[in-house]
Amino acid sequence: MTDDVDRNRRHFLSVATAVTGLAGIGAAAIPFLSSLKPSARAQALGAPVEVPIGSLEPGEMIRVMWRGRVVFVVRRDEGMLSRLQETRDLLRDPDSEVVEQQPAYAVNETRSVRPDFLVIVGACTHLGCAPLPEFEVGPDKLIQNGGFFCPCHGSKFDLAGRVYKGVPAPTNLVVPPHRFVRDDLIMIGVDSGAA
Amino acid sequence: MAEVEAEVGVEKSGFLKWIDDRFPFTETMKAHATEYYASKNFNIWYVFGVLATVVLVIQLVSGIFLTMNYKPAAAEAFASVEYIMRDVEWGWLIRYMHSTGASFFFIIVYLHMFRGLLYGSYKKPRELIWIIGMMIFFVLFAEAFAGYLLPWGQMSYWGAQVIISLFGAIPGIGEALVEIIRGDYSISDITLNRFFALHVIVLPLSLIALVFVHIVALHHVGSNNPDGIEIKDHKGADGVPLDGVPFHPHHTSKDLVYIVGFLIIFTFVMFFAPDMGGYFLEHANFEPANMQATPEHIAPVWYFTPFYAILRAVPDKLWGAILMALSVLMPLFLPWLDRSRVRSIRYRGWIYKLALALFVVSFLTLGYLGMKPAESIYVLLARIFSVIYFGFFILMPYYTTIDKTKPVPDRVVYHG
Repeated sequence: MTDDVDRNRRHFLSVATAVTGLAGIGAAAIPFLSSLKPSARAQALGAPVEVPIGSLEPGEMIRVMWRGRVVFVVRRDEGMLSRLQETRDLLRDPDSEVVEQQPAYAVNETRSVRPDFLVIVGACTHLGCAPLPEFEVGPDKLIQNGGFFCPCHGSKFDLAGRVYKGVPAPTNLVVPPHRFVRDDLIMIGVDSGAA
Repeated sequence: MAEVEAEVGVEKSGFLKWIDDRFPFTETMKAHATEYYASKNFNIWYVFGVLATVVLVIQLVSGIFLTMNYKPAAAEAFASVEYIMRDVEWGWLIRYMHSTGASFFFIIVYLHMFRGLLYGSYKKPRELIWIIGMMIFFVLFAEAFAGYLLPWGQMSYWGAQVIISLFGAIPGIGEALVEIIRGDYSISDITLNRFFALHVIVLPLSLIALVFVHIVALHHVGSNNPDGIEIKDHKGADGVPLDGVPFHPHHTSKDLVYIVGFLIIFTFVMFFAPDMGGYFLEHANFEPANMQATPEHIAPVWYFTPFYAILRAVPDKLWGAILMALSVLMPLFLPWLDRSRVRSIRYRGWIYKLALALFVVSFLTLGYLGMKPAESIYVLLARIFSVIYFGFFILMPYYTTIDKTKPVPDRVVYHG
């Protein structure tokens, strides 16, 4: 009786059964794994937000929430803008060469659409803590030329959200997609191109 | 005749026989308790396995009762913990039992692991016990981390933010992975909800399964002892190891004394210092989570700090994450890094003793540094001690080979 066993056939059937079973498990895993992704509601709550900026004076900053994260909107004054030039040599990526950190229209000297208005996500690119604005300048200050300081692990950024050399954060702060709906209204979460 | 009757009386009658015919009750009790022989020269280091099991039970029971009043939703979580503390009868006791239990779990597990280093308990043929034990340690880390988010305090939120962001350092898939862990674009109600599921179902179930397998593997090869010799090598005419005594009643009755002693310490902390001056429960966590502001000083709970100090010692995001992960994984390889011919520290030379002492100092110092702010002197010290920490493992194949060992006795030895 044992001589009648077709080992090739048995091997083929074993492998075929295992492969079919694995394919079934793989298919059944899709709904479970997909359920872990941001849900429709989470995506809807990630919709763009409008930020009125008419009352923002030069040198002031406001915080708004977008996708559960803080976004800093800073209206830089003349002094702040001129100091951006002085920090160049201290920065890791002064020309915003890491493309993921900002939309193409924010790759410029000020990392912004309009030079005075800086819009950046207030999450340190190291491990996500919220950096603190340190706008006071002077040799005794945390950041001599003013900028943002992360209290968690000591990362420093300048007034365009550009990261300093020698700190744990690897990249510049993220500029979210945004556009000016009117002179006094910014929409965060959509690009200039979209209507 | 009387003998036959007695034997029949013990094994072949009544309720027990009915059970044994259907389930190997007597057989299991014999194999794992009354006829499981462990060395008779166990010292205090051999109590932490039992104590870890006691704390696991404390955590399971107190945890079950906490879930009856806790609400895993961002809008309600913080208030529901306050509710447990103030309005639920004895709720404060149950919660403090759970939070104190978390810290004691790690104290005991760290001591249990140190016992392995002292007496070479990971060496052949106990490699799998050690590896399963390390897996328990990893799951325990995940369990503690998920649990820490649940009160939805400031440190819950920002601690989770920092640790989850670490996965973002993985090139390529990092950001997508982080989004799947959070289930959202930031840590939110959705994240809290799934961490609750992990904390009360997935991870405890894994923990119980792994503890079971850990003990099955241990009872298969037999317990090590402070002399690091195999008691099975010297058996009496009855096949029982000459240096072994039955786990029950000999070790269980001794362990009971230790358990009572442990519970005295445990309850003292639970009643009089449940926050342990900010080490067991961090003060920043008495404020509800605020997504707009990171606390001034952010530090994980004490049991994570040695590894956190290593993360901060590296001035690069990816390498920091890699070295931290490695520092947690390193002990996994001990069975193969240790080339010494003896197991126990009693018969090792001065080099291993020095290396182990340096390792303990570096581990404790890193733990202290991980709680301090990331200022220059602390970062510099963290770098030095990180090197020592890794040196203990990486240089081990070398120094355990050249270290002079003493002759190992045939039978166990008593000290004091």
